Amino acid sequence: MSGAEVTKSNSQLIQKAMISRNYDRITSGECKVSSTFVPGNLNELLMCFDIANNLPEINAIQNAMRKKSGDMIQEAERSGHSEDVCTYVKADIGMMAKGNIAPNGKPFRDPDMLLLSYSGCFTFMKWFELLREQYKCPTVMLHVPYAADGQPTQNMRDYIVKQLKDEVIPTMEKVSGIKFDIDRLREYLRKSAQAENNLVWMLEQSKRRPSPIDCYFGGVYYMGPIFTAFRGTDEAIQYYDLLRLEIEERIAKGLCAQTLDGDMPEEKYRLVVEGPPNWTSFREFWQMFAEAGAVVVASSYTKVGGVYDYDGFRHDPDHPLESLADYCLGVYTNRNLPTRVDMLARNLKEYDADGLLINSIKSCNSFSAGQLVMLREIEKLTGKPGAFIETDLVDPRYFSAANVKNRLESYFQMIDQKRRAGGFITGNAAASA
Amino acid sequence: MSHRSVHDLVAFCQAIFDDLDFTRAREWKAAQPGRGVIGYMPVYVPREIIHAAGMLALGILGGGSDLEVIHGDAYYQSYICRIPRSTLELAVTGRLDFVDGMMFPSTCDVIRNMSGIWKLMFKDKYVRYFDVPQNFKDEVGGVFYENELRELKEGLERISGRKITDEQLNHSIAIYNENRAWVNKVYDYRSAFPWKAPSAEVYLLMRAGMVLPPEEHTLLMQEYIAAAEAENRPMRDNCRVVLTGGFCEQPPLPLIKSLEISGCYIVDDDFMLVNRWIQGDVETTGDPLRNLSRAFLHHSGQTAAKYEPDMDVKGKYLLDIIRKRSADGVIFSAASFCDPALLDQPMMISRVEAKGIPYITLQYAENSGQMQPIREQSGTFADSIKLWSGV
Ligand code: SF4
Ligand code: SF4
Repeated sequence: MSGAEVTKSNSQLIQKAMISRNYDRITSGECKVSSTFVPGNLNELLMCFDIANNLPEINAIQNAMRKKSGDMIQEAERSGHSEDVCTYVKADIGMMAKGNIAPNGKPFRDPDMLLLSYSGCFTFMKWFELLREQYKCPTVMLHVPYAADGQPTQNMRDYIVKQLKDEVIPTMEKVSGIKFDIDRLREYLRKSAQAENNLVWMLEQSKRRPSPIDCYFGGVYYMGPIFTAFRGTDEAIQYYDLLRLEIEERIAKGLCAQTLDGDMPEEKYRLVVEGPPNWTSFREFWQMFAEAGAVVVASSYTKVGGVYDYDGFRHDPDHPLESLADYCLGVYTNRNLPTRVDMLARNLKEYDADGLLINSIKSCNSFSAGQLVMLREIEKLTGKPGAFIETDLVDPRYFSAANVKNRLESYFQMIDQKRRAGGFITGNAAASA
Repeated sequence: MSHRSVHDLVAFCQAIFDDLDFTRAREWKAAQPGRGVIGYMPVYVPREIIHAAGMLALGILGGGSDLEVIHGDAYYQSYICRIPRSTLELAVTGRLDFVDGMMFPSTCDVIRNMSGIWKLMFKDKYVRYFDVPQNFKDEVGGVFYENELRELKEGLERISGRKITDEQLNHSIAIYNENRAWVNKVYDYRSAFPWKAPSAEVYLLMRAGMVLPPEEHTLLMQEYIAAAEAENRPMRDNCRVVLTGGFCEQPPLPLIKSLEISGCYIVDDDFMLVNRWIQGDVETTGDPLRNLSRAFLHHSGQTAAKYEPDMDVKGKYLLDIIRKRSADGVIFSAASFCDPALLDQPMMISRVEAKGIPYITLQYAENSGQMQPIREQSGTFADSIKLWSGV
């Protein structure tokens, strides 16, 4: 989620320090460590047991940004992993094979447990079965049913709460030797909600013209603390307070979104983006937008760890376990396609965007299967043109800069044309890059 | 029972297999007013409940090798298996217009998202994503699952317009128990006499069971075993292999034939798991939903679509089958881009390797055309097994 070199604001510097502190904690050997996943992660619960939170997806991203993931993926493929599957998994397995060195340069210790909360993606399930082969540590499964009818049901909630009580909490007690204290959890959840309020405030500032922030490339940084090891901490509250001040300052100055090379001089296109970014060429990818004057005013990726702005979810200290259940059920990819369509269509309208761009990830079916249908539906609902590109997460073999650039250029032309015509341009720009 | 020859029976099944308009299912529906059809995708749905609702459970396993996908490509990105594409093609070309509802089992992210595509594109149809628990404790996953089964039952009651009683459910459970028993008999028979029941035939026989009502399918299997037994077919010097990984998108029929031509008898496989998923009989007295739930939790097969809580048990299912079928080797055959099969494969391979069991891996798509490389690969595999076993 974080790690690219950009023009750094104070909040970014603080976040960088937070992340490296977490890596130091994970590698220190001074506390128990659990690996778990970003979407629907149970950070507050892990904190109740003083267990450090290691997120393999984040490690894969960090390695991709440092241009190390390509070798790792090939290493995994050499050892028998298929070319076709999620490249996060292979980057993780390849990292183990290459000495399991954390981004702070120190070796990862073997995790004390694997917390398999598989919100929104089946790959997680297999990923942790694969890691379990290596680490042979307790692996606790939290099965999060798919909210296929748009809304979580009471049966789903009850099932998750029961798993928390019967499986997850007892395992954490055993691993950590610490007894569960629900009041401690409540306190963390209270803090989560406080930071979450500012997160949502931040997301909504891009409704302004010009938008003071970029909610995709920049959003990756803004969402870092809340979606990783810091939700529920004072540090996260301080981070989002500071971020809010910074954004308020930008608004007061009438600045356009900040990019890698400073503030965008002019905002020419406002886009909504669906799908994760490409990490191996993150800088190059962002530059293509920045150079065209395109700002992303909303993205689904900023909801990948949890959705806070669509139906007002906040962690609720008065219903701690139920609230964790709702959180897991509500992550973006755990919501059905009609809900995702509704969410994006609303974003297009409310954020007054010119169109929807889908970055379809080669190896992520959780996000990608069905995106072309979503594109059509959203075009129909909003009358705004969409475009479709294909890249990968952390496999450099699947980022074709020239193709992506061409596709984006023709998309921007299409938007210009629509503006001139003052009406809807039919035919999306669906094509592979 | 009639006395059709193997040839006639296989021709009958082949015709069902080739018919992408599902004429038999249409005829079944049209034969009586008030009948309904529920389509489902692989791997597992409780067909007993659909049956008890007086409806036909229609297995939809993609479009196969002959379906030209014209529209499907406009809905799916390039790097994805083919079954969602061809299934959608079947739907947008009107071939599923008689189907009253669709069930999407919780197999993988592709099928999961497909339930949403159906909701977006076929708004007047009943769509149910069917979740199964990945927690196998009665009081945790069991309670969740029973409630899911209840919701399914109520949903089907709504579209069929009639209540489903426990008696009806128990009756349907008994019918599927019998069907499953005969499916297992066919599998046992093939394993005992693979030259008498070639896999391509067994495959077609099972595919017919995706379209026919279970009662009719059971009779068909009985007829087939009797007919195969009466047939005088020569035994070949093939090696015995278990095929695994093809539980969702199905391989093209020529692939199955090619494996046997090249010298491999397939003595077990995981195609169409729905008809073998539950092992043994489901209780037919007491609370039927609870019984279905218990059977799933405690007596269902292991697949890549299921979580295995115990690392030491992981892969045991496959090893047991290899032993039970006296197989000489394993062919890991997965559809290209099939996440669950391909992610599971390295773990399965490590178990098989540890026992010194020979294996190969191959990938296919339901429309793979070129069989020559596969024939060569499996032929070499068969030869090498024969060579080793001769040492
Ligand atoms: S498949 Fe997609 S959601 Fe799942 S782990 Fe990979 S990138 Fe994440
Ligand atoms: S073939 Fe595999 S990836 Fe494709 S839908 Fe079936 S289970 Fe999912």
